[in-house]
Amino acid sequence: MTEQQPNSFRNQPDERGHFGQFGGRYVAETLMPLVLDLEREYKAAKADPAFKAQFDDLLEHYVGRPSPMYYAERLTEELRKDAPAGKGAQIWFKRDELNHTGAHKINNCIGQILLAMRMGKTRIIAETGAGQHGVATATVCARFGLPCVIYMGATDVARQQPNVFRMKLLGAEVVPVTSGAATLKDAMNEGLRDWVANVHDTFYIIGTAAGPHPYPELVRDFQSVIGTEARAQLLARTGRLPDLLVAAIGGGSNAIGLFHPFLDDPDVKMLGVEAAGHGLDKEHAASLAGGFPGILHGNKTYLLQDEDGQITEAHSISAGLDYPGIGPEHAWLKETGRVDYTAVTDTEALDAFQLLCRTEGIIPALEPSHAIAAVAKVAPTMDRDAIICANLCGRGDKDIFTVAEALGTQI
Amino acid sequence: MTRFQTAFSPTRSALVCFITAGDGDTAANLDALVEGGADVIELGMPFTDPMADGPAIQAANLRSLAAGTKTKDIFAIATAFRARHPNVPLVLMGYANPMVRRGPEWFAVEAEKAGVDGVICVDLAPEEDPDLGPNLRAHGISPIRLATPTTDARRLPTVLDGSSGFLYYVSVAGITGKQQAALASIEENVARIKQSSDLPIVVGFGVRTPEQAEQIARVADGVVVGSAFVEIVGKYGNDAPEYLREYTASLAKAVHNARETAA
Repeated sequence: MTEQQPNSFRNQPDERGHFGQFGGRYVAETLMPLVLDLEREYKAAKADPAFKAQFDDLLEHYVGRPSPMYYAERLTEELRKDAPAGKGAQIWFKRDELNHTGAHKINNCIGQILLAMRMGKTRIIAETGAGQHGVATATVCARFGLPCVIYMGATDVARQQPNVFRMKLLGAEVVPVTSGAATLKDAMNEGLRDWVANVHDTFYIIGTAAGPHPYPELVRDFQSVIGTEARAQLLARTGRLPDLLVAAIGGGSNAIGLFHPFLDDPDVKMLGVEAAGHGLDKEHAASLAGGFPGILHGNKTYLLQDEDGQITEAHSISAGLDYPGIGPEHAWLKETGRVDYTAVTDTEALDAFQLLCRTEGIIPALEPSHAIAAVAKVAPTMDRDAIICANLCGRGDKDIFTVAEALGTQI
Repeated sequence: MTRFQTAFSPTRSALVCFITAGDGDTAANLDALVEGGADVIELGMPFTDPMADGPAIQAANLRSLAAGTKTKDIFAIATAFRARHPNVPLVLMGYANPMVRRGPEWFAVEAEKAGVDGVICVDLAPEEDPDLGPNLRAHGISPIRLATPTTDARRLPTVLDGSSGFLYYVSVAGITGKQQAALASIEENVARIKQSSDLPIVVGFGVRTPEQAEQIARVADGVVVGSAFVEIVGKYGNDAPEYLREYTASLAKAVHNARETAA
């Protein structure tokens, strides 16, 4: 059965917050009035030129946008060496790792804290895995003088000590979460428990394009600055649209931010890259490749789960991809076929990490290293005049200890 | 008369008791609750990510899953309970994902076969009712909704629409097993909801002692106690039934006699 394609891929979600069968608002009743308030407030903010002006101003002068669009000449040449004659696409990077705080996460945090202040909320909470979203949240809280509590799995606290210290320097309280596997999913549970007990004054800054409606929509909109800039930059620099966009996916906010402004350009193909961990037949974090539709953390989406609907633990060398779900818009884009999704193992990501270090002098985070690994596979199969744009969504300073350990090096 | 109609009376408040399925000897624990005077049983379906629950029920969920509890085991527990206790209303309480995993029709059919009277799905907002509600109603099972201190007058009709059995008023904005709300706030909210609904209103979250239960029983159709029971199961393991029976009896006495004591 062929499903009829929608007229536009850019008009989701519907008024109930659904992306096809995905998305929605699956939260405890205590949170529903607040979630509905947030939806009203976000609609008002979108229509308010002053909100957009403040957002744009902060992105330019505080975050450092627009981020560069960089032609990775040596990586392109390196990948052409083993390519068939006439093959080996040009590789371009959207340099969101150059943002303040070192990743794309800050784009969303700026937008959400402005919303929180519009709603009169005086306390901010967030969950974090690798710590990048926690650092970005702590950063905007310091910038606007709001108290900040970050929930972080105890396992992640142990393996991401530099980011824990950064958050504390920025004035945040970091609460280690010991339930479950003590990683990102458990931190999110604890964030929701805090929120439900403090709805009157607390705003929950969700770090990815997931959670109850309107979070997937508003996070996507705030992150779409990535794709909007990329589209204009590539048109200006190359005179045309790219042939392929590539981005890593945990929850999927950097990917949806890059993809969304291009979704109605039919000649632009897109590839989302999940974390295949130790391999798709072993422990991994690839919800689309190895999961089934289900309900968790406020939305319906693909989840890693057993036959009884119990959530299974994800694994990835990248703490930022170590989550058993994915944003609902990606679930929908997979089912409509508009975006292709693949998965890359820990080992492949580590190889790509080192490849980029040596060919371009850029130390990428382990998250975009997954995207780079996918680029390294696909570029040699594409024509030389084809253009690939990959999102370099984070820098790798935070990951050097993990990488050293994986490579068997003491530092 | 449905079992709910029998359990709730205009003259006497009901005691609603929650334990987690698969945590300890569930059959013996359920019998102890009934023998102690429970009027309605809420059987918790364990979930890996119980984000609306406090530490006591989180721990019970994890103990149950660690013991290997499967969805089919929960229905087996319910079926056996129904055979032993034909008249005590039985409600399954849990999170959406385990309920919809094999499809809502499968869940509703199994629940009906097991003699389940109602289902509380904590994270299925009324807005997402189509995921489960129509199937439950078609099989004669009551979707039981939660109202909270944040459910205002504008929203209450949405919560009530399509719900039946009873309405569960969550007395505090928060997770299970923590602090209790002020009695005045409970009384005011129950009275407010009563103006819009004929459903029995039960009040829960943070109710632990017979004294608290008695106060709430004066103003509500039922009182829910959960974390306190789950803690007993956690503490005494297979010896829990006698402690559960005793504690239930003390709560039941307080709840059932509350209005006479007040009068």
